Order: sequence, then C-alpha cells, then structure tokens
Amino acid sequence: MSSLQGYLLLSALLFAVGLAGALTRRNAILVLIGIELMLNSANLNFIAFWRYGPAPAALTGIMFAIFSIGIAAAEAAVGLAIILAAYRHSGTTDLDEMNSLKG
Amino acid sequence: MTASFLILALLTVAGTAAAMGLRNAVHCVLALTLGFAGIAALYLQLGAQFVGLAQIMVYVGAVAILAVFAIMMTHKPGQAEASVFSSHWIAGGVVAAAVFAVLAWAIASSEAVFQLLPPQPDVTVQKIGDALMHRFVLPLEIMGLLLTAALIGAVVIAMDRKEETK
Amino acid sequence: MTQVFVQLDQIFVIVKYWLLGFVPAGWQPLVSAIVSVVTVVIAFPALFALVTWFERKGLGRMQNRYGPNRAGPAGLFQPIADAIKSLTKEDIVPLAADHVVHFLAPVLLVTAAFLAYAVIPVGRNMIVVNLNAGVLFFFAVGSVVELSVFMAGWSSRSKYSLLGAMRAIAQMISYEVPLVLASVVVIMQAGSLSTVAIVERQAGYTGIWPHWFVFTPWGFVGFALFMIAATAESNRSPFDLPEGESEIIAGYYIEYSGFKFALFFLGEYLGMMATSGMAITLFLGGWAAPFPFLAWIPSYVWFFLKLLALIFGFIWIRGTLPRLRMDQLMNFAWEFILPMALFNMLVAGVWHFMPPGIPRWLVCIAMVATPCILLSMRLKRKKKLQLRTYQFAE
Repeated sequence: MSSLQGYLLLSALLFAVGLAGALTRRNAILVLIGIELMLNSANLNFIAFWRYGPAPAALTGIMFAIFSIGIAAAEAAVGLAIILAAYRHSGTTDLDEMNSLKG
Repeated sequence: MTASFLILALLTVAGTAAAMGLRNAVHCVLALTLGFAGIAALYLQLGAQFVGLAQIMVYVGAVAILAVFAIMMTHKPGQAEASVFSSHWIAGGVVAAAVFAVLAWAIASSEAVFQLLPPQPDVTVQKIGDALMHRFVLPLEIMGLLLTAALIGAVVIAMDRKEETK
Repeated sequence: MTQVFVQLDQIFVIVKYWLLGFVPAGWQPLVSAIVSVVTVVIAFPALFALVTWFERKGLGRMQNRYGPNRAGPAGLFQPIADAIKSLTKEDIVPLAADHVVHFLAPVLLVTAAFLAYAVIPVGRNMIVVNLNAGVLFFFAVGSVVELSVFMAGWSSRSKYSLLGAMRAIAQMISYEVPLVLASVVVIMQAGSLSTVAIVERQAGYTGIWPHWFVFTPWGFVGFALFMIAATAESNRSPFDLPEGESEIIAGYYIEYSGFKFALFFLGEYLGMMATSGMAITLFLGGWAAPFPFLAWIPSYVWFFLKLLALIFGFIWIRGTLPRLRMDQLMNFAWEFILPMALFNMLVAGVWHFMPPGIPRWLVCIAMVATPCILLSMRLKRKKKLQLRTYQFAE
C-alpha cells in the first residue's frame, strides 16, 4: 500500500464519518459540523494529490485548500446564523421537529 | 505508511468519530477540534506548512468557538433528549457506509495511486504570496468579497429583529 | 578580545553542540530537539517565578506597601513558597463538573503557551525551530488558548466560571484581529513570516540609531496597537474583566484549586511573556543591542532585558489604570484599534513606495496622526467628560 493510498483512504473515511454525522444527527449544529468535516476531507485530498502529483511547484493544490478553508469559514458563519434564526423561529434545533417548512 | 502517519490518522479518525457519536454536543465539538488538529498535523507532515497553520487558526480558533457558542445559545436545560440520532439513522448510516465502500474500492483498484514520494518541494510562504497576488489574484478578490458578504449576511440573519421594533 | 565576546554570545549554542557530540549521529536530531525544549521548559517558568515576585514587589511600591518581604532576602523566595503551597493543596473538583474537560483545560492552556516559545528567537542562533511561517504559527497556537478558556469555564458548571469564560472569549476574539493586523505591517516590510528573518531585517545602525521597526511612524503605531491588544489578549489590567476579582471573583478558573490553579497562573504569565517576546521580535529588533557600542553584551541578555522592560510596563499599567467596562472594551476594540490598524497598513504601504528622506517621514506621520486624532475625537464625542459628583445618603 503506497502512502498516497493511505491518505486517500483516510480522507474517504473522514468523508464517510462526516456524511454519517450529517445524515444521522438530530442537532442541526452537529449536522453543519459534519458538512465541515466533509469539506476538510476534500482538502486533505487536495494536499495529498499536490504533494504526490507531478508538478508540486505550481502550488495548485495548496491554493485550492486555502480557498476552500476560507469558504468553509464563511459557510460555518452563515450556517450557524441560519440555525440561530431558525431556533428563534421554532424554538428548537432538533431536525426531526423542524418539519413545518412549506412552500 | 510511516508510524507518524498511522498515529495521526488514528487520532483524526478517533476525534471525528467521537464528534459524530458522543451524546453531549459540546463534547462533540471538543472532540472535533482534536480531529481538525489531526488533519492540520497531516498537512504539516505533507509539507504544506501554511495550510496546516491556517487550518488550526480557522478551525480550532474560530469555527469551533462559533459552534460551541451556537450550541450554548440553543441549548435548553432540562430538555431530555430521547436520542441524539434522528429517526432515519439506519438509512443514513447505510448511505455513508456505501459511500465509503465505493470510494475505498475506487482507491484500492486505481493504478494512479502507486507513486513514489517526489522530493520535498521548496514551498516558502513567499511563493504562496506571489501566487496569490499574480496567478490567483481574481479568486483572492472574490474570496474577500465572499467573506465580507458572509460577515454582513451572518450578522443580518442572526440579529434579533425584536430589538428593532422596541 | 572580540573572540571571547563571540564565544560568550554563543555559549549556549556551543554547549548544546558539545552535548550532542556524546550521542550517536542517528539520535542527534531527536536529542537536539529535546535539549532545546527542555531549556525552554526550564528557563521560562523560572522567569515566571521571578516575574511574579517582581510584579508583587512593584505593585507594592506603587501602592505604598512593602510587598512580599518574609521569605528570603527582599522576599525573593516567595515564588518557591507559593509553589510549595499550591503543590500541597488539596485538588478540589466540583461534584457536577465535567471531570475530563475540567482536567484537560489547564493542560491545554500550558501546552499552547509553551508551544508559542518555539518560534521566538531569544538570541543569536538561539531559536527552537526556525519555521518558514513562524509568525503564523505563533498566532495559530495563540488561538488554541481561547478553546482552553472555554473548556475551563464550561466544564466547571459554575455561573461565575461561565460568565468569565464568555467575557474572556469575546475579548480575545475582538482583540486577536488587531493583534494580527498590527503585526502585518512588519511582515509587509520584512517580506517574510520567519521570525529570524524579521530580526535580521532590523539589524544595522544609522549612526548610533538602530533600524528597529518601532522607530518608524507605522512601526510606532503598530507597536502601540500590538501592546494594547496584547494586554487585552493576556487578560491583564485594565482589560481584566474576565477575571475581575470584585465582579466575578476570578472568572473562568474560579473552580480550580491547588496545582491546576497554579497551572492557569503559569499559562497566563507564559502567554504574556510570549506575546511580549513576539513584540520584541517584531518591533524592537529582537536580540539586537540598542546601540552599536553595546553590541559586545551577549544577545540573550538584551532579549531578556527588553522582555523585563515590557513586563515592567504591564505591571506599571496594572498599578495605575482602573478596569474598563465591557461596552467600553468592545467599543475601543472595534471603533479605535481596528480602524487604526487598517490605516496603519495603508501607511506602511505608502512608506514602502515613497523614496527615503524627510518628506516620507512627514507624510507618514501626518497619515497616522490624522486618523488617530479623528478616531479618538469620535470616541470622546459620545461621552460627557466631567468631574464625577457623589451623592451620599443622609
């Protein structure tokens, strides 16, 4: 098993853990955190491919990861703000009880 | 597959798995910071110093703090939660396991992954800065705009509207 | 003669390589790292003990009392007595506390505080690790402190702890932004994030005048902003609301006792000294001597003299200024320090592109003075400054 394979498998595992969290948790904040985890696993892929790729001097993988971290920060801020607004509206962060969304 | 990689991988997976499985939401976030720190250490191990340190600064210093604040603002004391998992947890778990199985199969059967580690590239922060200011200047500007919009948007969404009408 | 001074300057480096000569070649990197780390872990807590004595003595002088004067000459052994006391005290953990998190909080705080010293050059060739992104490492480690403060406040299950932790986190987040922005000007000018490169950039003298960044308009403002933000970051008076004794007892570590309390105390002082060390590295020329004719004194002596001078500044401020209110603290951060730090970056850019000479000085001084005056007028306008009148019960 090569090292790149190890990083990719770890990243896939982290993605699966994040996905499982996002799909199964009841608390909306933890669902958001699961999504963050999935973004992180994608970043790990970028960095691993950058390091093992043919042209590491081009810095493409690093740039992807930097922008992705920035976007994740913006996403976390807006996501938590939406959860707070929803909590103020419905009085809960339990996703099973937030079932009144209508068109 | 060095020992340091195995230790860091184990730490990261343990942290994230605990974050998704623990009962107390604050414990979840604290466990998650362990996972984020593990990922940052993996970045450092791969030679991406700048990204690893930025990861610690953004995730441990900002996102985790934001998350615990949000949890404490939305927590109701004495609220006996029946279960931390939603009613469709079996379906969710199956989907996640299937995704991992497909990804792992793809990685295991790919031939592109059998590469030797190329020599350590010389990545100074100066080079990253040069790239950000020349080749990637447009994404950088868009990023700045996005962060400003997100900052204002988050404040507007989370602001208590009742305060205005008083 | 000069050879002796060079050897004296490098004595710790020479001793380290002499020690490394005894181990086989394969083990040398590991042993080298251990030697450096052990030195930091011994030297800075020793300095911490000295500083606590210095602070109590200094505050005592400012308040017309003696300060500690029983243990040892002039109370110099007081820190040892304190250490023995806190080690032998019973370690009380509240029954309702979250035991694991309660235990981990002080450990994380002290670990983060020690890690920050890895990138601070305390003398010529004396740095634990010369990271390419050293300044970024310092701030990344500093942001971990917030998490440990939250853990301490939350796990204690006490309202005072939680209030203190919330105050501390709000304050630390507000002042971390200006702290980073104030140091950005130095990074712009030095063109590097490596602390060693930044110190080397400030080497050299014009006449007897050193080329420190603090002796430029943007550097002076940056240094002032950095020190104000550093005072707030380390929760020192006048920004000590998170642990104001008269308001919320001791803030986030009220439920800690014995050795864990001592660890919080240690972590706080280590944080203060690390931030001061960073200020020295960024603005005060690091380990360089202030005058060329004093350059024969070893570099580490200069570093620690500067460190003690900055710490004396902290103590002096603590002895003279009253505590701020929460809204004053936040207003000051967002309405004065942050815009000022942003203006300062603009000034640093102008300084970089103007040709050297008198006009550059005049333009840059005008450019930092104008927003400073306007912003402070704006801050003052809201308040009616007048002599306080007292009403007494009859």
